[in-house]
Amino acid sequence: MSDELRHYLGLTVLGRMPRRAFLGRAAALGLTAAAANAMLASAVRAAGPVRGGTLKLGMQGGESTNSLDPALAASQVPYSILFSIGEPLVEVNPDGSLEMRVAEAVEPTPDARTWMFRIRKGITFHNGKPLTAEDVLATLQRHSDENAKSGALGIMRGIESMRVDGDMVAVTLTTPNADLPYLMADYHLMIQPDGGRDNPASGIMSGPYIMEVNEPGVRHVMRRNPDYWDSSRGHVDAVELTVINDPTARMAALQSGQVHIVNRVEPRTAGLLARTPGVTVANAGGRGHYVFIMHCNTAPFDNNDLRLALKYAIDRQEMVEKILAGYGTIGNDIPINAAYPLFDDSLPQRVYDPDKAAFHYKKSGHDGTPILLRTSEVAFPGAIDAAQLFQQSAARAGIPMEIKREPGDGYWSEVWNKQPFCASYWGGRPVQDQMYSTAYLSTADWNDTRFFNARFDELLLAARAELDQAKRKGMYAEMARILHDEGGLICPMFNDFIDAHGPAVQGFVADPSGEMMSGLAAVKCWLA
Amino acid sequence: MRMPLSAAIGLFMTALFFAAAILAPLIAPYGMAEIVGQVWEPMSRDHWLGTDNIGRDLLTRMIYGGRTTIFVATAATLLSFSLGSFLGFTAAVAGGWVDQVLSRFVDLMMSIPSLIFALVVLSVMPVTLPVLIAVMGLLDATRVFRLSRAVAVDITVMDYVEAARLRGEGRGWIIFREILPNALSPLVAEMGLRFIFMVLFISTLSFLGLGVQPPLADWGAIVKENREGIVYGIPAALVPAVAIAALAISVNLVADWILNRTASLKGGRGD
Amino acid sequence: MTAVHPVVRLLAQRIALGLVLLWAASVLIFVGTEILPGDVAQSILGQAATPQALANLRADMGLDRPPLERYLSWLGGAVRGDLGTALSNGQDIARAMGQRLSNTLFLAFWAAVVAVPLAILLGLVAVRYRGRWPDRLISGVTLATISIPEFLLGYIVIFFLAVEFRLFPSVATIHSGMSLADRLNVIVLPALVLVLTVLGHMMRMTRAAILNVMQSAYIETAELKGLPPFAVIARHAFPNAIAPVVNVVMINLAYLVVGVVVVEVVFVFPGMGQYLVDHVSKRDVPVVQACGLVFATVYIGLNLLADVIAILANPRLRHPK
Repeated sequence: MSDELRHYLGLTVLGRMPRRAFLGRAAALGLTAAAANAMLASAVRAAGPVRGGTLKLGMQGGESTNSLDPALAASQVPYSILFSIGEPLVEVNPDGSLEMRVAEAVEPTPDARTWMFRIRKGITFHNGKPLTAEDVLATLQRHSDENAKSGALGIMRGIESMRVDGDMVAVTLTTPNADLPYLMADYHLMIQPDGGRDNPASGIMSGPYIMEVNEPGVRHVMRRNPDYWDSSRGHVDAVELTVINDPTARMAALQSGQVHIVNRVEPRTAGLLARTPGVTVANAGGRGHYVFIMHCNTAPFDNNDLRLALKYAIDRQEMVEKILAGYGTIGNDIPINAAYPLFDDSLPQRVYDPDKAAFHYKKSGHDGTPILLRTSEVAFPGAIDAAQLFQQSAARAGIPMEIKREPGDGYWSEVWNKQPFCASYWGGRPVQDQMYSTAYLSTADWNDTRFFNARFDELLLAARAELDQAKRKGMYAEMARILHDEGGLICPMFNDFIDAHGPAVQGFVADPSGEMMSGLAAVKCWLA
Repeated sequence: MRMPLSAAIGLFMTALFFAAAILAPLIAPYGMAEIVGQVWEPMSRDHWLGTDNIGRDLLTRMIYGGRTTIFVATAATLLSFSLGSFLGFTAAVAGGWVDQVLSRFVDLMMSIPSLIFALVVLSVMPVTLPVLIAVMGLLDATRVFRLSRAVAVDITVMDYVEAARLRGEGRGWIIFREILPNALSPLVAEMGLRFIFMVLFISTLSFLGLGVQPPLADWGAIVKENREGIVYGIPAALVPAVAIAALAISVNLVADWILNRTASLKGGRGD
Repeated sequence: MTAVHPVVRLLAQRIALGLVLLWAASVLIFVGTEILPGDVAQSILGQAATPQALANLRADMGLDRPPLERYLSWLGGAVRGDLGTALSNGQDIARAMGQRLSNTLFLAFWAAVVAVPLAILLGLVAVRYRGRWPDRLISGVTLATISIPEFLLGYIVIFFLAVEFRLFPSVATIHSGMSLADRLNVIVLPALVLVLTVLGHMMRMTRAAILNVMQSAYIETAELKGLPPFAVIARHAFPNAIAPVVNVVMINLAYLVVGVVVVEVVFVFPGMGQYLVDHVSKRDVPVVQACGLVFATVYIGLNLLADVIAILANPRLRHPK
């Protein structure tokens, strides 16, 4: 590296030279943009995080009805807040490995039925009380109590008993589960004093920031927690999170420098936004996917030929281009992609084929009445457009479809999981077992395709208890084939999470698990 | 009296919009929902206005969208004016308990934000064009009622109305022969505005996901479908907005002209 | 017997009626939220709802009680001034809503302070130069501003004044820690859009109403007396045209308070509209009820004011025969 370049690099790392200017100088010195970027990133990492400043986030996904009770959290803003003020036992790293947080170590018994979590010492809550194994137990109990109203109740079902053993918490399952630690990374399961039984919405937790101003749906201000145990997290003095639900307003706030980081950049405009000086668009392909779901037990979708006809009648490539503007990958009618451990890539990719669609449509003997597809703006971003694309591509195969746009309000309670054919989305789960058990097991609460397949269920339970990874992979491959050929799921695309940040933000690495570095943007980023 | 240039322009534009709406299937270059290109293609020989957010021809969408917008807005405006002004005049002329009942009922309707009203009604009823028109017309009739009643109350205390009463004219005669001609100018001026508000109201309903069903479009829905592009200079969202503004101005130029004419007819000093 | 002035009697009558109206509106809103599909428990848990969790949450919030009982207990509280707590997040409604209401009134006040006098002034000017270029210009511009959908107007303003030239902030999140100057700076853009949306309607009505009385004999008399044209319009024609003008002003003031959801969304302004819409979509009945009550009060109050002004302004109504 030339001295000149090194000099500029130093200036840029210290924030005395704009990033863009550095890239310009580097290009002048013959470096490709990619190489210069990589050099800058590593230099910044080497320089290390800087303390101080107020980090301003502008986020979609907050309402005035939001609560600080982790059990009730569902949207993006509470999600990010919980990861800033709270901490779960473990987290999932961007590469899919486990990160130990409140738990220092986790060990299974050989049969994977009981898991022992060793609780880290020296953590204190925001109210000064030390965090103990009893608090952890109480938290897990509150969320798994049948009388609880927690959104995590579903994933706590498989737990038979829990107890404290010294500084360990032991969790015993009804059936073995090799993936249990991943379940403990759920955002509802932030450790609270006495499990939050007395005052669940107090916001007193053990995370790197302390809630200072809490105006739901408007703004949240958090100060750094001076007693936080891990000095590698929580770099800024204060985090100011403003709820900006309107996409155009959010982008304008970033462009005009009123906020540092925004979430939910609309794919179609991401390319245009990236041209704004100083703005960096960060995207990560993840496990989230957009779907059209058919009830396998309801006419006319109880006919597998009709299901296949519709699967062949959708143009996945066009959807990725027009709905995601390339920020995503095509789906293959299973909820799993390469972002999952043990993914089997030998399953042939289904493509748009009007002839095959017409063939199966004819074979199904459907009477020719238009097939009603329900959609809504809230089903996923661009769901109404996607439905219209689907309608057009199906029409080319001779399959008449009718679109019904449902109000966003009430869509999840009245349409999804109730009507036989509608648009929806899944955020994905850290592991295949969890994704399949959430929505494709016969007995799942959210079996939103009404998929009942004995062989599939049997394989799922066997794979869950299987510690031999090769055997497990084989089982998952067979399950994927069953679902691909017989399921009610039409999965045209896996969406990227797209965030964007201004020039002052350092340390932002897009995370395939979720937006805003899976909620950790305020915790891991710093201002230069 | 010669028709002023502005009114002629207004009339011509209005006629053009209505003609395009009626003849939509004949003049639109492509099918309404047909996907013919890439996302947001610029204006070209094949696509005079470019393409929209999923690659449909924007000119075609505009023509069909105008059809929906103009039809719904016209029907709803007519409904709200006939109902609102008739009840308003009746309340003013009849007075007493008729006035009280009608006025308080309208107050009740208006005291609930129309957004919530529309939300409730349209989520329990199927969203079809007649339902849309009825809901919009009825909600708007309350505004027309208030205005026409206020105007008519002022007129009813005029000497000529008193004279008509003393002559023993019936209520209908008073409403249609005495009040209507004299209340016409503010009402006509208001009618032009209410028409625009109807157009905007359909857009707002589309904004809330309660408007017409896709792939059918109205201009408000086209603005909305393409609005992501606005701050990056994509014209697809601005074209329907310009169309809404052009229609609104044209209709109101005509309304202004009628306003002037009626003022002249009444023996005032027309210019 | 001391004769009660008819205006006073009318006023008393109207206030009593207003209270009845408020009650009727609260019933209507309650029934409305009951008719809407889904309930607060379902909306909170969303995709995460299991039947057990739903049942628990419902019991917790008292949603398992019959509707009439819930309405009566709400009414009992409301009459005593206790609006209760939000079902969705347990916040005290009076406090949370009070904050939102004061924000909304703040914005509405400044928008009205600019818009109402400006609209009337422009209306007078348009009449004075009727048919000439100032009239045409005013009419054309105001027509254009009301014809553009509000959110588009908002985006255009943001694009030019916030992003391109960075004159004013686009994010109008006002909060208690701000000085008056900060607050005013922050609401410039939303207030501008509101002024543009309501200006045209009020201006046009002023113009039409004045033109309507310009043919009267007394105007001719005033002109023959040799008064300057603007004085004739402002002093003689305008007072006689006040009833329809006041009505339109009232409708627009009410709109500034109850109808600004879109502007709130675009400018991220923490007002009543967004608060209400959030809670409607969560089916949080007590909050919706409380907001409905406030909106109805605002509307009925302004209405009353308009009627009284109309009566006071019209001598024939002021002294009934």
